[in-house]
Amino acid sequence: MFSRQSQRTAFAVGAGAVALGLTLAGCSTGNGSGDGSTITVLVDNQEATIALWDALVEKFEDENPDIKVTVESRPQGAEGDNLVKTRLSTGEMSDVFGYNSGSLLQALNPDQTLANLSDEPWVDSLDEGFQTVVSTDNGMYGVPLGQSMGGAVLYNKDVYADLGLEIPTTWDEFISNSEKIKAAGDVAPIIQTYADTWTSQLFVLGDFANVLADDPNWAEDYTANKAKYVDEPALAGFEHLEEVHEKGLLNEDFASATYDDGVRMVATGEGAQYPMLTFAAGPIIQNYPEALQTVGLFPLPGDSADANPLTVWQPNAVYIPKSTEGAKLESAKKLMAFLVTPESCAIQSEVQAPQGPFVVEGCDLPEDVPALVADMQPYFDAGNTGQALEFLSPIKGPALEQITVAVGSGITSADEGAKQYDADVKKQAQQLGIDGW
Amino acid sequence: MTTTAPRLPRRRRGPGISPYPTWFYIPAGVFYVALFLIPTGASLYFSLTRWTLFDSTFIGFDNFVQFFQEPALLQGFTNTFIYAFVTSGAKVVLGLLLGVLLSSQIVARGFLRSVVFFPVLVSTIGVGITFKVLLDPFDGLVNTVLATFGIEGPGWLTDPSLALLSVAMVDVWKGVGLATLIYIAGMVAIPQDYFEAAKVDGANAWDNFWHITLPLLRPATATVVLLSLIGGLRSFDLIWAMTRGGPGFTSDVVASVIYKQYQGGFFGLSTAGNVVLFIVVAALVVPLSLWLNRGERES
Repeated sequence: MFSRQSQRTAFAVGAGAVALGLTLAGCSTGNGSGDGSTITVLVDNQEATIALWDALVEKFEDENPDIKVTVESRPQGAEGDNLVKTRLSTGEMSDVFGYNSGSLLQALNPDQTLANLSDEPWVDSLDEGFQTVVSTDNGMYGVPLGQSMGGAVLYNKDVYADLGLEIPTTWDEFISNSEKIKAAGDVAPIIQTYADTWTSQLFVLGDFANVLADDPNWAEDYTANKAKYVDEPALAGFEHLEEVHEKGLLNEDFASATYDDGVRMVATGEGAQYPMLTFAAGPIIQNYPEALQTVGLFPLPGDSADANPLTVWQPNAVYIPKSTEGAKLESAKKLMAFLVTPESCAIQSEVQAPQGPFVVEGCDLPEDVPALVADMQPYFDAGNTGQALEFLSPIKGPALEQITVAVGSGITSADEGAKQYDADVKKQAQQLGIDGW
Repeated sequence: MTTTAPRLPRRRRGPGISPYPTWFYIPAGVFYVALFLIPTGASLYFSLTRWTLFDSTFIGFDNFVQFFQEPALLQGFTNTFIYAFVTSGAKVVLGLLLGVLLSSQIVARGFLRSVVFFPVLVSTIGVGITFKVLLDPFDGLVNTVLATFGIEGPGWLTDPSLALLSVAMVDVWKGVGLATLIYIAGMVAIPQDYFEAAKVDGANAWDNFWHITLPLLRPATATVVLLSLIGGLRSFDLIWAMTRGGPGFTSDVVASVIYKQYQGGFFGLSTAGNVVLFIVVAALVVPLSLWLNRGERES
C-alpha cells in the first residue's frame, strides 16, 4: 500500500487544506446580505442609549417588517471619537451611527465621509438651530435623536431644603452655599468624577452662556483666532474649576469617581451639587426613580445676577456614512425618516427621561417630566439660553478633558490650563484648515 | 607518464559570479520592502506634513517643534525615560535575585518558577484593569489591607506624583518573570568546575556570587537590560489600561501621547511622535548594545 512517508504527506496536505478552507470560510462571512433587509446601527454604550434604541428598533421593525436592525455599541468619550473616526476612514462603519453634532461632527470631515440628506422630505420639520449644527456649506447630514439638553448644575433639593439654601444666581453665592454645605457635615458640596474625564469639562463648557451674555460675538472671534481662553470672560470657567478644588469643596474621591458614581451621589444625597449635562435624567430614571423629583437644576452662575442664562446643547444626531449604498441606503433612510416622526418622539419620551425640549416640529414633552427638566423650562420660555460653544464654532480642542482634569485636580493652574487649551485649539484649527490660524 | 586528474573548469571569481543564489532573497525581500521599508519611508514623509488621512500639507519640521514645545508632550517624553529606566533597573535587580534563588536547591523550586513566570503570560490589559481596581484609593484591596495595619494608603493612580511609578511597579511585577527565566538559563550554563575550584580556595556564598556568578551572567544581564529597556521605552498598553495617561497628563509616556494625538485626529503630529520614538530607542539601544556586548567581541 502507500508508504508511511507518503501517508504522512497525504495527511499533512489534507489537514492543511482543511485549515485553509476554514480560514477562508471565516474570512468571507463578513457582509451578510447586501439587499437592505438587515442594517446595523452603531451607538454609544450608555445603558440609557441602548435601551432607547431597543425600543425604537422594535417599533420601526413593526412598521417595516422587511427590515431588521441590529444595534452595536462603542465606548463613550475620546475613545468613542477615535473609534468612529477610524471606522469612517477605513470605510468599515456600520450602516447608520449615532454621534455628537456641532464641532465634533466637523472633525469627522462630513463632506467626505457622510451621506448628504438635504433633499429628504422631513428636513423642514427640524429646528433651524439644529439644522446648522449638522450641516456644512455643502450639505446636511443628520437627524436628531433625543432632545436638546442643558449643561448646568444638578442639585439635590433635599440637601438644599435641610440647610435652608436658595438657588445661587452669582458665582459668589454658589461658593458660599457650597461652603455652608461643607461645614454642615458629610455631604460633599460639589461632585466631580475624574475617572470619566469628559465630565470634568462642565465648569468650562457650561459657563459659555455667561461668556455669550458678556460678549455676544465671542464665538465668531474665537473661530477667527481673535478671542482666547486665557482672557476674560472665557477664563472664568478655568478659574472656577481651580477655585473649587483649592477651597476643598469637592468630594473626597473626585479623582477616582465615575459618572455613574456622580449620578448616584446627587440622587441619593451623598453629594449636593453636580455640574453635568441633563442627559443624566436617563440614568436617574433607570436606577434611582425615587429621586426623579429630588434632583433639580440651576445654571452655572456667572458674575452678575442679572443674566444667569442656561447653556444649551443641541441633541446628538444619527448619520449615514458614505459607505452605505444601494438597498441598505434605502433602508437606512427609512430609519432616519422614522426617527423624526412624533411617534418616535413619544417613544423617546417614554423610554428615556426627557432632558429638554425636542427640536422636531410636532414633538412635545409629556406632562410629567423629571424635576431637572421642569426646572429648565422657564429658561427656554424666557429665551434666556445660550448655545454651547461647540455649536457656534467648528473648533473644539480634543485635549480639553485632560486639561480640565489637571486644573480641577490642582495639577496645573487655571492660567496654565487656559494657555494649554488655546494651543490645543490652534492645533485643531490648523488641522481643520480654517483660515486665519 | 604522470596523469593529472582532469581539471574542472574553474568558476571565475569576481564580476562573473553567478547571481542565481541571490534570486532566493527576492520573496523575502519583497515582503521586507513592502511591509517595512515603504511604510517607514512613508512615515518619515508624513511626519513632515499636516495629515488628515485624506490630504496632507507639507509643513517641514513644525510637527517636531510642536512635539517638543507643548508641555504635555514634553512631559510625556521625560516620563518615558523615567519609566524605562525604573522598570529596567528593577527587572534586572529583582530578576537576578530571583534567578539566583530559583537556581539553588530549595523546596518546590519548579512550582515557584511557575508562579514567578505566570504574570508574563497574562494579558497586559487584563493585568491593567485588575490592578486599577486593586489600587483604587478608597475601595481597592491594597489600601483596605494597609488600613488594617493602620497605614493610610495614598492614591496610587490618582496622585500625580505617584501614578507613573505605580504603573511602573505593576509593569515590573508582570515582566520580572521573563528576566528571571533568562537569568536561570544563564545560571544553569555556568560550569560547576568554577564553583568547585572556588570551594577549594575557601570562598563563601557571597564570594561565589560576586566573583563567579555575576561576571559569567554578563550576557544574560545584557539581554535583560536591552529587552526591558526597549520594552519600557515603548510601553503603552499597561499605562493606557491603568490611567490613560492621567490624572491630567502626569503619567503620559511618548506612546500614549502619540495615541492621544492620533485620537485627536492629528495624524501628522502622531506620526512625528512615532519618528521621535524610533530615533530615541535606536539612539539609546544601539550604543548600549555595542557596549554591553563588547566582551564577546574581544574574547
